[in-house]
Amino acid sequence: MANVGKVSAKIVSAEQLSEGIYSMWIEHKEMAVQAKPGQFISVYCTDGAKLLPRPISICDIDKEQGRLRMVYRVAGAGTKEISQKQAGDSIEVMGPLGNGYDLSEVKQAVLIGGGIGIPPMLALAKALSCEKTIVLGYRDAKTFLLDEFEACGKVVISTDDGSLGTKGNALDAIRANGVTGDMIFSCGPTPMLKGVKAFATEQGIAAQLSLEERMACGIGACLACVCQSKEVDHHTHVHNKRVCKDGPVFWAEEIEL
Amino acid sequence: MNTKVSLAGIEFKNPVTTASGTFGSGMEYSDLVDLNRLGAVTTKGVANVPWPGNPTPRVAETYGGMLNAIGLQNPGIDVFLERDIPFLKQYDTKIIVNVCGKTTEDYLAVVERLSDAPVDLLEINISCPNVKEGGIAFGQNPKMVEEITKEIKKVAKQPVMMKLSPNVTDITQTAKAAEAGGADALSLINTLTGMKIDINRRKFLLANKTGGMSGPAIKPVALRMVYQTVNAVSIPVVGMGGIATAEDALEFLMAGATMVAIGTANFVNPRATLDVIEGIEDYMRRNQVEDIKELIGCVK
Repeated sequence: MANVGKVSAKIVSAEQLSEGIYSMWIEHKEMAVQAKPGQFISVYCTDGAKLLPRPISICDIDKEQGRLRMVYRVAGAGTKEISQKQAGDSIEVMGPLGNGYDLSEVKQAVLIGGGIGIPPMLALAKALSCEKTIVLGYRDAKTFLLDEFEACGKVVISTDDGSLGTKGNALDAIRANGVTGDMIFSCGPTPMLKGVKAFATEQGIAAQLSLEERMACGIGACLACVCQSKEVDHHTHVHNKRVCKDGPVFWAEEIEL
Repeated sequence: MNTKVSLAGIEFKNPVTTASGTFGSGMEYSDLVDLNRLGAVTTKGVANVPWPGNPTPRVAETYGGMLNAIGLQNPGIDVFLERDIPFLKQYDTKIIVNVCGKTTEDYLAVVERLSDAPVDLLEINISCPNVKEGGIAFGQNPKMVEEITKEIKKVAKQPVMMKLSPNVTDITQTAKAAEAGGADALSLINTLTGMKIDINRRKFLLANKTGGMSGPAIKPVALRMVYQTVNAVSIPVVGMGGIATAEDALEFLMAGATMVAIGTANFVNPRATLDVIEGIEDYMRRNQVEDIKELIGCVK
C-alpha cells in the first residue's frame, strides 16, 4: 500500500504509564487501516533543531475508529518533547512503516518482549487468535501494559532485579516456565534477541525478530539502519538489510546478530 | 514565468535537484514525491563494485543537523545500470549520477560504464579517501583534484561536475583546480567532518567515530563557500548544504548558484524538494520575477 506520507495527526490521548514510559493514541484513518503489528511510525519533533523522526513501534491498532497507539520510552530530548504533548494537540507522523510480523500458519505462538520491545507485542497479541504465551521482560516491578496483556492470554514475566516473576531476562522466564510453541515473535534489546535466536534454533522453533537501529529517512533511502544479513540483500547486493524497509521484523535465520 | 536553467549545456526545467545519498535513486521517495516535478534527480554515489559501507550506528543527530558515516554503501555500477537508470528513465527529469571510488582507476571504470547510459551529467564525489595516497581525500589536495578531473574528462561522454569538499582551508583553490582540469561544473558543499560523543556510555555516537555533518546548521558555511567559488571560477555551480526551504534555496541562487540540491531536508520533510520548487515559484510571482536567471547571482 502506498505510503500516505508525512501527515499531521490529532492526539486523542496522551498519558504516562510508568517511570519514563508514555502512551499516545493518535487519529488518522488511512494510517490505521494500513497498520499491521510489528510496523512502526516516524514521529517528528516540533523543535526544528531536532531534525530526524523518532521511529516508534505501533502498540495497538483501532481500525474502526482510525486510531493508532504508541507506547514509548523517553530516551532523550526528542522523545521528551513528544511526551509533553497532550490530547487535542497535533503531531507530525509518517507511517505505518516497515514490514510487520507474518501471522500466517501459527498454531501456538510465543510472544517475547523485552523493555521497550514490550509495546508492539500488544497489537500482535490482539491480532493472533491462536493459543499464545506472552513473555514480558521488565527492568523491575514498575511494569506497564500488564493488565492489557493479561486480557489477551497467558502472561509470564521476568524482571532484571527479580522483584517480579523470574529474575533475569525474558529468556530466563521462558526456561523457568517451560514455555513452548511453534512460532516465536520477539522484540527487545539485541542481547535478548541473540538469546531468543539461540533458543529458537536449539528448540527448532521458527522465530521472527524485530530489530532496532538508528535511522534517518525511515523509508529505505539513506541506508543508515542496516543489519547484517545471511543472504545478499536485494538493494545493495551485499549483506546489509535495511531495518526500516526490509524489516524491522526479520526471520531469525535471515540475520546475524 | 520561466524557471528553466541551463548548466553544462543541459537544460533543467527548474533549478532543484536532490543531494546525493539522501534520495537513493528516487525509488523509495517516488510514492511521496512526483519525480517529474524535479529539475533533476542526483543519485546516491555508485562505485565500480558493490560497497558494503560502514558498521552501525551510521547516523547521529546534532543540533540543527546530523552526522552520517554510511560509508557509501552502494550496489556497484552493474546493478545500478540494470535497475536504477531504467527506473529513473520512466520520469521526465534529468539524471545526475554521483560517482565514487577509492582510486582513480575505480572512478574511470564507473565513468566508462556510464558512457552509453542515458545519463545527463556526472557528479564526481572526490571526498572519498584516495587509498593509493595514504587515504587523504582526493578533494583535499588541489593537485589531486586537477589530475583526477583531467583523467575523468578524457573518458567521460557526459559533462562532468566535480563535487567539492568543504574540509579545506580555501575552497577556491580546489575549485580552480577542478576548472583547470576541465570540469564543466562544480557542486558544493559536501559534508563537513564532525563528531559526537555519548557522555553516558563514554563512547562515540558513530561507529566510524567521525561523520559528515549536514542539515540547516551548516547552511551559512555552505552559502559562503558557494559565493566564494562562484566569484573564483567561470564554470557554473550547484549549491547545497542545509537547504530546507525556498528561502534557503533563493539565498544560494542569489549568491550565484545556477542550481540547488536538497539533501538532509528530505529526511525531515519527504516533500522538501517540491515545497522548495513551489516556494521559488511563489516568490517569483510575488516579486514579478519573469525569469529565474534574474535572481541567479543578483547579490554581488
